[in-house]
Amino acid sequence: MIRVVLPAHLRTLAKLDGGEVTLEVTGPVTQRSVLDALEARYPMLRGTIRDHGTLQRRAFVRFFACQQDFSLEPADTPLPDAVASGAEPFLIIGAIAGGRP
Amino acid sequence: MSKVRVLVGTRKGAFVLTSDGKREKWDLAGPHFTGWEIYHVKGSSADPNRIYASQSSGWFGQIIQRSNDGGQTWQTPGGETIPAPGEMPKVSNKFAYDTSPMNGKPLTTHQWYDGTQHPWEFKRVWHLEPSLTDPDSVYAGVEDAAIFKTTDGAKSWNELPGLRGHGTGPKWQPGAGGMCLHTILLDRSNPGRIYIAISAAGAFRTDDGGASWKPINQGLRSQYIPDPTAEIGHCVHHVAMHASRPDVLFMQKHWDVMRSDNAGDSWREVSGNLPTDFGFVIDVHAHEPETIYVVPIKSDSEHIPLEGKLRVYRSRTGGNEWEPLTKGLPQKDCYVNVLRDAMAVDSLDKCGVYFGTTGGQVYASSDAGDNWTPIAEHLPAVLSVEVQTLT
Repeated sequence: MIRVVLPAHLRTLAKLDGGEVTLEVTGPVTQRSVLDALEARYPMLRGTIRDHGTLQRRAFVRFFACQQDFSLEPADTPLPDAVASGAEPFLIIGAIAGGRP
Repeated sequence: MSKVRVLVGTRKGAFVLTSDGKREKWDLAGPHFTGWEIYHVKGSSADPNRIYASQSSGWFGQIIQRSNDGGQTWQTPGGETIPAPGEMPKVSNKFAYDTSPMNGKPLTTHQWYDGTQHPWEFKRVWHLEPSLTDPDSVYAGVEDAAIFKTTDGAKSWNELPGLRGHGTGPKWQPGAGGMCLHTILLDRSNPGRIYIAISAAGAFRTDDGGASWKPINQGLRSQYIPDPTAEIGHCVHHVAMHASRPDVLFMQKHWDVMRSDNAGDSWREVSGNLPTDFGFVIDVHAHEPETIYVVPIKSDSEHIPLEGKLRVYRSRTGGNEWEPLTKGLPQKDCYVNVLRDAMAVDSLDKCGVYFGTTGGQVYASSDAGDNWTPIAEHLPAVLSVEVQTLT
């Protein structure tokens, strides 16, 4: 099982109580496969993390895992084994620069 | 007994105020969608319990919310269930510009702040205008400027591409708030007719349900475009009309209050004795088509009320002759703004008038503007106010 941590606004949008989402991902565990699984289970999150058309990460969203920043990594790059095994979560973060005062 | 519901969009969420027909005691519900920018919330006149809200964020983009119970509970249409295998997902927050050959003139750029050309990029929905007859049909005015329509209760949206296909797009440019389509007016007597307005392009009209559009800016004069009387490029802030007289339009332009008596074919200035004719809102009395309201703001560079006094101005003559309405409004040390979609009227007798400020107050008058009282204070900056009169 893959563990995914969502920012507060997206947890609210997906009507989630807990802090983490657990997902079944088939095949290689990459940004793309994790996000595909997330959006399939929570369709209301489509377009909020990555663009509908291009599937590019939205500018003010960042991806972290295992104390590393994966935001600029290609979407099909395998994520660390610790994420694939569920030992560490995949973190979806709203950038510090985002939002309005 | 009549009831009034006031829908308030703010910088950090939506609020719903309700009162009985006396409009003396108000209950506040919310915030809904806390922390998100709510540019607009509007109910369907065909089904008042059907309400649509535009929710957006710099982090996570656009969301459309829909309520079927008068704003008590909300859903993201189409986003609640997983599509069946082979079924195309419906996505209420997908606003994809039409790039089909049907457009004929697929515009790919508009003018940027610095005068260069810039590609169209979807930012957010500024205005949601539900159909007058079908609760599942809604028009959306978006930034970068375009008009979209849903006919399935906001599960999916399609652009009406004839507007951007008009061919003048390279002359459209952003105002300070972005290049937004912020006003949509539907004509109850002529279902094919829609008026829209864009900052900064001007006003447009369709007479064929949105297939083709005509700029309606003759008579406007704007000093910040190379040809002040050009057909395109005017920063129209808001347009209002009375349902009983859809050929008569009132416009608050960047500067100047304007009036058209021929469905926008030509305009004349009716600023008259206003202390300043810069402003954002304009609206029309529910029962007196010649009674209109504006909130003068000092200037385009200062965006505060003149002399620190928050004053609504009312004309009972369709413009030119204006009277300040001050009872109950702060008359010293007030430096808030009133944004373009933040004024509305109810249809009770006497007509109620409502507006919200960037300081988080919502003011109401239950006597057509003679007296005002704050019905909500200390909200986040108010972006929009709409009113439903429920019977």
